Amino acid sequence: MGTFNMPSLGADMEAGTLVEWLKRPGDTVQRGDIVAVVETEKGAIEVEIFEDGTVEALLVGEGEKVPVGTPLARIVGPGEATPPKPAAEAGPVAEMLPPEAASAPKPLVATLPQPTPEAPRPAAAVRGSPAARRLAAELGVDISAIRGSGPGGAVIRADVERAPNPPEKERPGIDLDQMRRAIAAAMARSKREIPHYYLSHSFDASAAREAVDEFNAGQPPEGRILLGALLVKAVALAMRDFPEFNGAFGPEGFRPSEAIHVGVAVAVRGGGLAAPAIHDTDRLSLPDLMARMRDMIGRVRRGGFRSSELSDPTVTVSSLGERGVESLLPIIYPPQVAIVGFGALRQRPWVVDDKVQARSVLNVSLAGDHRVSDGHRGALLLRRIEELLQKPETL
Amino acid sequence: MTREELRAAIVEELGEIAPEADAASVADDADLRETLDLDSMDIFNLVVALSRRLGIDIPDADAGHLVTLGGGSEYLELSLRRKSGACP
Repeated sequence: MGTFNMPSLGADMEAGTLVEWLKRPGDTVQRGDIVAVVETEKGAIEVEIFEDGTVEALLVGEGEKVPVGTPLARIVGPGEATPPKPAAEAGPVAEMLPPEAASAPKPLVATLPQPTPEAPRPAAAVRGSPAARRLAAELGVDISAIRGSGPGGAVIRADVERAPNPPEKERPGIDLDQMRRAIAAAMARSKREIPHYYLSHSFDASAAREAVDEFNAGQPPEGRILLGALLVKAVALAMRDFPEFNGAFGPEGFRPSEAIHVGVAVAVRGGGLAAPAIHDTDRLSLPDLMARMRDMIGRVRRGGFRSSELSDPTVTVSSLGERGVESLLPIIYPPQVAIVGFGALRQRPWVVDDKVQARSVLNVSLAGDHRVSDGHRGALLLRRIEELLQKPETL
Repeated sequence: MTREELRAAIVEELGEIAPEADAASVADDADLRETLDLDSMDIFNLVVALSRRLGIDIPDADAGHLVTLGGGSEYLELSLRRKSGACP
C-alpha cells in the first residue's frame, strides 16, 4: 500500500491546491500517468504518479489546498494484497487465485524497455498499449500516425506524449503575482546558498546560423528550426563530457545525473519565468527538439506544464533571443549546479584569417556552483559548447 | 482576399499566439515583436499558422515581412496573387 503525496514542485513550494482528479478509485495507474492537476505558484501543473498500481481512495477533494507531502490518494501496488473493498481491477478472479498468483506483479506497459527512437515501424497494423490508446483518444491524436518505440514497434504512452501538436487541454491560466513570488523564493535561496562564479565567452557563430538557414530553405514552415534548438542541443551534448555541471546538489552533496534533461527558461509575457525540462535532450534530433520546445513553450505560456517537467531539469539554458542584449549573467536554479546563458546573435566585426569581417557573433555565459566545479572546467565547458556550434553537423 | 481581410487574419492568429495582447489596436507600421512582446518562437508560430490558413508557403527568408501588420498584409496579398497567377 502506498500513498500519492502532494509533490514538491520546486524548492520554494510549500503547499498546492488540488484542482482536478484525472483518476478515480478503482482506476489502474502506471508510473508516469498524469493523475491530478495541482495549482501552485507556478500555475496549474499536471502531476504524474511514480508507481504502478490501483487507486484505492482519494484522500483530498478537488479545490482543497494542502501542504507538500500530504497524502492525496492511497495506491495499492500490483504486488500487494487485494484491498478489502475490491476495486474494479481485482474481481472474483483474483480472490480465487492462490495468493502468489494474485499478488504477482502484472506486466505493465510502464515496465517496457526504454524507447529506442530509431526502431523500425512494422508494416503490420498499428500496435499500441492500452494506456497509449487511451491517451491518444483523450488528446484526439491519431495513433496510427505515431512511430512506436515499444517492443515490435508498439506505440507506448510516451510516444503519444511525444507526438507533435496534440490539442492542448484548457487549464487555468498563470497567476503572475504568484509566479513572481516563486521566482523570488527560488532566486533568493540560490543567491543565499550557492557560491556562484561566472564566465563569459564570445565567438563566431556564423556556421550555426548558416546551418539553420540551409536546413530551413527546403522545409515547409512547420518543419523549420530555430537557432535556439541548436543552442540547447549543444549544451546537452557538452554535458556528456562535463558531468559536474549536470545534476543536483542535495543534503549529501552533489549527485551527478546520468540523464541530461535541459531546462529551457521561458519568459511569460507580462513578467514571469519558468524553466521546464526537455527530457533526454541530448538524444533528440534537432527537429524533434524543436517540436518539443515549441510544444513546451506554448504550454508554459498557457499555464499547463507537467510536474516532472518542473522538477527534472539537470541543468538550465537561458537564451535571450533576437531581441535581447549581448550577454547575460544567469542565476542557478536550485538544486541544479549550473546554468548556461546565450545573448542575442549580433553582426560584429570579427578577425578571420587576419582580416576583419562582419560575422554573426554570439556570447555564451556560465554560472557555476563553486561547491562542485571551478572556473577552469567551466571555461573548458564553454569552449566545448562553442566547438559544437562551430560544427553544427555534429548536433 | 483584400488587404483588410488579410490584416484581420494576422490579428486573429496573433490572438491565438498572444491572447493577452490586443493585436487589433497595433499601428500598421509598429514592430509586433516590440509592441506585443513576441519572440522568435511566436513569429515562427505566426508563419506556420498563416501559411496553413492561406495555403501558401512563406519562405523562412520572408518571415521578416510579418513583423508589422502593414508589411505582413501587403506581403500576404502579393503571395496570394502570385499563387493565383495574377502576378508574375
